[in-house]
This record gives sequence, C-alpha cells and structure tokens, in this order.
Amino acid sequence: MKRVSLVFTLALAAGLSTNAATAQTLKTVKDRGLLSCGVSQGLPGFSSPDDKGNWTGIDVDVCRAVAAAIFDDPTKVKFVPLSAKDRFTALQSGEIDVLSRNTTWTLSRDTSLGANFTGVTYYDGQGFLVKKSLKVNSALELNSASVCVQTGTTTEQNLADYFKGNNMKYEVIAFGTADETVKAYESGRCDVFTSDVSQLYAERLKLSNPADHAVLPEVISKEPLGPMVRHGDDQWFDLVKWTLFAMVDAEELGVTQKNVGEMAKSDKPELKRAFGTDGNLGEQLGLTKDWFSRIVKAVGNYGESFDRNVGSGSKLGIARGLNQLWSKGGIQYAPPIR
Amino acid sequence: MSIEARPPPPQFAARLQRALGGRAGWSGFVVQILFVAALVWIFYEIVANARTNLENQHITAGFGFLKNTAGFDVSQSLVPYSGSDTYTRVFLVGLLNTLLVSLIGIFFATLIGFLVALGRLSPNWLLSRISGGYVELVRNLPLLFQILFWYLAVLAALPGPRQSISLFSSFFLSNRGLIIPKPIGNPAFEPFVMAVAVAIAAAFLLWRYARRQLFQSGKLITIWPYVLGLLVGLPLVTALVFGAPVRFEFPELKGFNFAGGSRVIPEFVALTLALSTYTAAFIAEIVRAGILSVHKGQMEAGASLGLARGSVLRLIVIPQALRVILPPLTNQYLNLTKNSSLAVAIGYPDLVSVFAGTTLSQTGQAIEIIGITMGVYLLISLVTSAVMSFYGWRLGRSLEG
Repeated sequence: MKRVSLVFTLALAAGLSTNAATAQTLKTVKDRGLLSCGVSQGLPGFSSPDDKGNWTGIDVDVCRAVAAAIFDDPTKVKFVPLSAKDRFTALQSGEIDVLSRNTTWTLSRDTSLGANFTGVTYYDGQGFLVKKSLKVNSALELNSASVCVQTGTTTEQNLADYFKGNNMKYEVIAFGTADETVKAYESGRCDVFTSDVSQLYAERLKLSNPADHAVLPEVISKEPLGPMVRHGDDQWFDLVKWTLFAMVDAEELGVTQKNVGEMAKSDKPELKRAFGTDGNLGEQLGLTKDWFSRIVKAVGNYGESFDRNVGSGSKLGIARGLNQLWSKGGIQYAPPIR
Repeated sequence: MSIEARPPPPQFAARLQRALGGRAGWSGFVVQILFVAALVWIFYEIVANARTNLENQHITAGFGFLKNTAGFDVSQSLVPYSGSDTYTRVFLVGLLNTLLVSLIGIFFATLIGFLVALGRLSPNWLLSRISGGYVELVRNLPLLFQILFWYLAVLAALPGPRQSISLFSSFFLSNRGLIIPKPIGNPAFEPFVMAVAVAIAAAFLLWRYARRQLFQSGKLITIWPYVLGLLVGLPLVTALVFGAPVRFEFPELKGFNFAGGSRVIPEFVALTLALSTYTAAFIAEIVRAGILSVHKGQMEAGASLGLARGSVLRLIVIPQALRVILPPLTNQYLNLTKNSSLAVAIGYPDLVSVFAGTTLSQTGQAIEIIGITMGVYLLISLVTSAVMSFYGWRLGRSLEG
C-alpha cells in the first residue's frame, strides 16, 4: 500500500509541475482535432443552441471561421457554455482556446487577465429594458427604480456610474445567470432590466409578451464585444485576429458565401492575395493558402453573418448601425490583406 | 497464588518510539517523516507552479486589488456602503450578509427542527403524521430547487410596490420586500438603552437568586411579576423622564419604490425560509433520534414524580438527549452556513455573490479571491464547531456535576 501511495504522490507532483503549455495553441488544437470555444449559456443572435443542439450566432460564427481556417471544417468546434463570471477562468486555465462570448473590451481586462482581445465582432452599448405600462420614456426618469442585472459584467459598474452621475437613486439586484435575471424582471422584482442593447433585444424575445416591453433610447456606455485568446501565444493571437479581419475584408471586397468560387478565379490583385493565388499570406499565419476562401465558404462574410444572426434576416432585426462597414457609414474596419 | 511483579514502566525512548511510530516503531516514524515531507513538497510545487504560470501569462497576482474601488452597488448592506468603496469593503459587506442569513437561518432551523421532532414523537396521530410528512418531503428535494421555489413563490404572491399590502399606512408588503418604519435614535436613546441593560441584569440576578433558593431550601419563589415590572417599568420611567427614545421615519411611496423606512428584501426572506425549513427537516430527525436514545424509564420516572409531559421533556429528557444531539446538530449548522452560498441564484448579495462573483470577474484574480473565500468559510465553520464543542463540554460537566 505504501509503495502504491508513494508512486501516486510522485505522479501527482510530476503532473502538476508540467506547465500548461501556452505557446502552442495551434499545435494543441490541430492535435486534438477540435477547437474548444467558450460561448454564452444561450444568448440568441450571439451564441445559442437550437433544438437539435447546433450552436448558432455571430460569436459562434467566429469560432466556426477559425475552425474552418484550420481544418477546412466549421463543425470541428466544441462549444463550452460559460457564465459571465466563469469565462475568464476557463480561458486562463486552458479549458478553451478562444473565448467568443459577447465580452466587452476594456483596459483592465486586456491587461490583468492574462488574455488579449483580438478585435471587435460587435459594437454595442448598455441600455435599459422597461415595461411599457410604467410609461417611462427616458432612462433619466428611472430615479428610485429597482434594477435587475447579471453579475460579473461591466454592466454593474456602468449602472453605478450612470445613476451616480445623474444624481439618481436605485436598487440593484444581481443574479448569477441571464435567465435568472430575466425571470426576476418578468416577475416584477425589478422595474428595469439592464444589459447590452443587443442582449436586451434578444432577451425580450424570451419574455411571455415581448410587445409589452420597450428598450429605452439611452445608450449609457461603449461596449465593444470581441473574442479573446490567452496572452503569450502571438501566432494564435494573429490567427484569431485575422480570421475576423478576413470576414470584414470579404464583405468589403464583395466576396460572399455564394460567389466565393467565382471570386477565387478573379484577376484583381487584392483578391488574388486574399485567395492565395498570389503569395503565401495564409501560410504566414500558420494556415494554408486557401484560408480566406475556407472562412467565407463556411460562415460567409461579416455582413452575411450579421444579417443571418442579429440583423434583418433574424428574429432580432437589429439595424447595422455602428457595425456597418466604414465605407458605408459604420465603424467596422479591417486592415488590408497584403 | 503468587503475586506477579508488574512490568516496569517503559523507558523514555520506547515511549517516544511508540508515540511517533505507533506499532511500526522507528521505521514507521521514518515513513511518517517522509510522508509529511512529501506533502510539504507537493504543496510547494503547486504554489510555485501556479506562480510561474501566472507570471508567464501576465496575470496580475497578489492582494493589491483589495484597495481598488469596487464601482458597483449592492442591494443589502449592514454597514454603510457605496460604489466608491473598496473591494475590502465589498468583502465585509458580503461576509456580514452571509453571517446574517446563517445566524437567522440557524435560529429558525433549530426552532422548527425541535418543534417538528416533538410533533413527530407526539401521541397525537395527525400531528405526528404531518411532522413525518414534512421531514420526508423537505429533506428529499434539492435545496437549490427549494430556494428558487420560495423566491418565485414569494415574488409571485406579492403585488407591485404601488399596490402594496399596507398595515396602518406604515408597514408595506410588496414584491420589493417588507418596508417598516425605521427607528432613529433621539437624545434620550442612550439612557433608555442603559435602563434596559440594567433591567435585564437585575432580572438575571433575581433569577439566579430564586434558583439557588429553590435548590438549597426547596423554596419556590415566584419571580415573574418582579421581572416583568423591572423590564417594563424601568425603561418606561426613563422614557417619561428623558422623553421618547426613538422617533420613526415612515416609508413613503416615491416614484418606483418606497423612500425612507427599513426594508427586508425578498431575496433575504426567500433564502432564510428555504435554508431554515430545509435544515429543520434534518435537525428534526437528529432531535428525534436524541430523544429516543434516552431510556423510556426516564420518561416514566418523570411522570411518576407528577411532572407534566412538557416538563419531563424540558427538565429530564432533553438535557440528556442533547449529548447525542449536539455533534450532528453542529454538522447541520455548518451545512446551513455553507449552503447559504447558493444565494447567488436568487440575487442575494452574500459573500460568494459579491466577492467570489462580481469582484472576481471584475478583477480576474481567481486564485486569491477563491482562496480568501474558502478561508473565510473554513474559519466560520471552525468557530461554529468550537462554540458547539464548548457548549457540549459545559453540558457534559453540568450533567456529571
């Protein structure tokens, strides 16, 4: 018995002392044959499973695009649903390779969590959802209101700042998950549910009578949502960053899921570079030459993904707004592929 | 029959050997040393490994974050708190909320548990079946489910703040909680408190005196009229001399909610209800077992002395049963305290919710925060155990002496 326990002890110690290899994410993912992607526990439009267990959403598309770029197969992703407060720990510990979970880019998150934001998938802002029967038309009329919020988000701090800045009192009730928060709001525990505007539209669909609730016009914060990767693996950081850029650039270049085959044969120099018929840009990322067409074939360009998941082609019906391309009045902009 | 010589007392070295190595002797001692050394080494490896990994990933480490501004608000706080306070303050707020719900939960769980146990042992068929049914129903359903049930049931049963159920226009019950007038101390508050303290002390001394008289000379002195006179009279006199000790701030409906007054939030009510009814079911079984462990003869002896059933239980059975009850009862108290960490599901701002939840996700310092939180629960549990052991030790002494 004693010998057995000693062996066990040594094995345990040896196991613990191996470093959670951080600089080899691409290799780890390839060896595993699957991309491990952290998503929300169900936020329509961003990441939610359908009745067959297939994940869809704009955040999901980012992970599918990364998987397509690596494996040429957008289904080689394992989605890990995470609560707001568990998400960073899951990324830090190596349980997931990419965190694509409507996460706001802030300075402190970029610096102290040991993780980096790779770009912005969705420019959002915080707003308020109220019952129409309260007859409130502006967030400035919310003095003394009870506010339901999901814990572990930037929302809690924005809320405190906004009410303090406008000399208003309020009561905050913070819940662990979005579902619990919405349930409490619906039961009348709070007058207001606050979150990112896109999330308000998504959660409103889940209420028993969506038409009785309205999103107030005020947007009280900047919430650029984007994917995160672990700090210290620049190759992986570049790969995830350029996957998103590729989607945005594809929209700008007019490459869609439908026409990607024809466009690949184009003689235009910028298309030849993107499709890898000229140069080896994909290989510089650690991928193959056809990485760009793999991504567009799998999920389409940024605009297509937006429309399908949150925009005019979806139940949410959110306008492009800030998320329109820079050339069309929005601020979505990607550096050139060259 | 010859008298055999007693074996000589073992020598010091032999005693040491036995103490350290047990039956295995010196070799056992060496194995123990190796085992402890291995434990220390593993622990050191874990810490060192975590440190290097954190450094490699550029994750901030250390406890400096405790001095940073929290920047978020909390719905219930026993100490003054605002969003511009530090994370240390948040920790304190969460800790006090955890302690509050645990203490009140323990109180009600014990009360309900004892009543249900007595009910279950009662000769009354209906009462004993109802108590039995309660125990079987409550202890076999998951706690989280019960917490959510109470929360949603409480919320669903209550009207919105504008349609509050009101009592004397000063107590209001709605889905925002129970709002009661808030007492505010007048200048006469201090003499009033002193008068109450003096009255309590005097009543206690009187009780001790009466008890001693009863035990020494068998004289039964009726003290309750004096005690009542002291407890009511003395504060009343001070109030008449110095004026009203407190005035009340009455709640008023302003905008969405009530302004002024004190408030008991529904999250607290639901959590306390769920924790105390759940734990009470277990306590009831422990108490029942304890009472059944006292020999039937004790009960009969008490009855033959002419004592009523209540007095037999109170004076004879329960003091003896407590020796059996106490250790598992302590376990239930510890469980209740630890179970209070399910609060986050219904938005009650306990330690796990505001510190290991919001603070953790805002600072990202998982190892430090989880470490502190675990340490705190350990400390609370150890203190609870110590208090209960002390009570058990005193109880044992008084039963023997």
